[in-house]
Amino acid sequence: MWQALYEELKDKGFMVVAVAEESRGAEHARPWIDQAASSYWQLIDADHRLEDLYNLVNVPQAIWIDEQGRIVRPPETAGSTDHFRRMDLATRTMTPEDQADRLAARQAYLDAVRAWVATGAHALPADQARAGLPKVTPEIAEARARFRLGLWLRANGRVAEGDLQMAEASRLHPDSWSLWRQAADLDEVGKASGPEFWKRVQALGDRPYYPPPKL
Amino acid sequence: MTKILTPTGEHDVAAHDGLWMSPVDAERVTGWTLKPEGMCRADLCVPLPASALAPNEVDLEAFWKKLGGPVIASEARDVWALGAPAEERNAALEGLEAPDFTLPDLDGMPRSLSQLRGRKVFLATWASW
Repeated sequence: MWQALYEELKDKGFMVVAVAEESRGAEHARPWIDQAASSYWQLIDADHRLEDLYNLVNVPQAIWIDEQGRIVRPPETAGSTDHFRRMDLATRTMTPEDQADRLAARQAYLDAVRAWVATGAHALPADQARAGLPKVTPEIAEARARFRLGLWLRANGRVAEGDLQMAEASRLHPDSWSLWRQAADLDEVGKASGPEFWKRVQALGDRPYYPPPKL
Repeated sequence: MTKILTPTGEHDVAAHDGLWMSPVDAERVTGWTLKPEGMCRADLCVPLPASALAPNEVDLEAFWKKLGGPVIASEARDVWALGAPAEERNAALEGLEAPDFTLPDLDGMPRSLSQLRGRKVFLATWASW
């Protein structure tokens, strides 16, 4: 997904780390990674540890980290947009206008990454980067622990009990699409983008599914 | 044996009546050391109530809850998850030093963010689902 960008910028002190939030494990992610034919790091995060560490709620999200290892942009939607919500579900197509807008938004995001690598543009001062961090609440912390226990129980033959823990995790952290969709996918491949998903998306009303980055 | 899941590890521990265990096991699981002042890590010590201490034993559940971390047990209380305290996560992120992690690539080779110091890193998630 990021290979062209990486090829273009890799000699300018730039690296891409793509992390698969994939509790079915490496073999399940392999076809996508093979197809991407990427030369940056492709890592497998079966336990969703990165989402715990960085307080992430959806995919794709990206964090920009500078040469000193400091966060210069907090987690943000990485190039995706909400145009899919207006898609014709029968034909799975978007209007030409929406397709063009979606591509333009993605292009603008990639251009921002390019500008950051070239000149440091879009790197936020510390107070602004900090202000953009979503807070971890005790409920979110508990949701992470329940999700972790649920994954272990599922992987060790205690599926029904694991599902209960994962459902409780989603109840405690309803803003996390990843917790809900990963649990749905473990239940059955495809369920994460099935009718129940669309019902949840509709329930958002005016709220975004992919909040646009504040570039 | 009791199985304890932490944010980055998985431990088998001889525990009884919940998470009562030896201070050695408690340290192995959490990285916190029992001292006369309480449970300590680097120069920080968290005092423990007398009810969480017994001769050569410590109640890890009581300690972890005192830290503000979630403690979740399976129905049979044979598998436990200790989550990172919310305030610990917030403090780490607000310091703006990108939390380090080690994850495997497709071939199982472990890779750490800290190996990339000196480069700008675009860290992005994705999923098949």
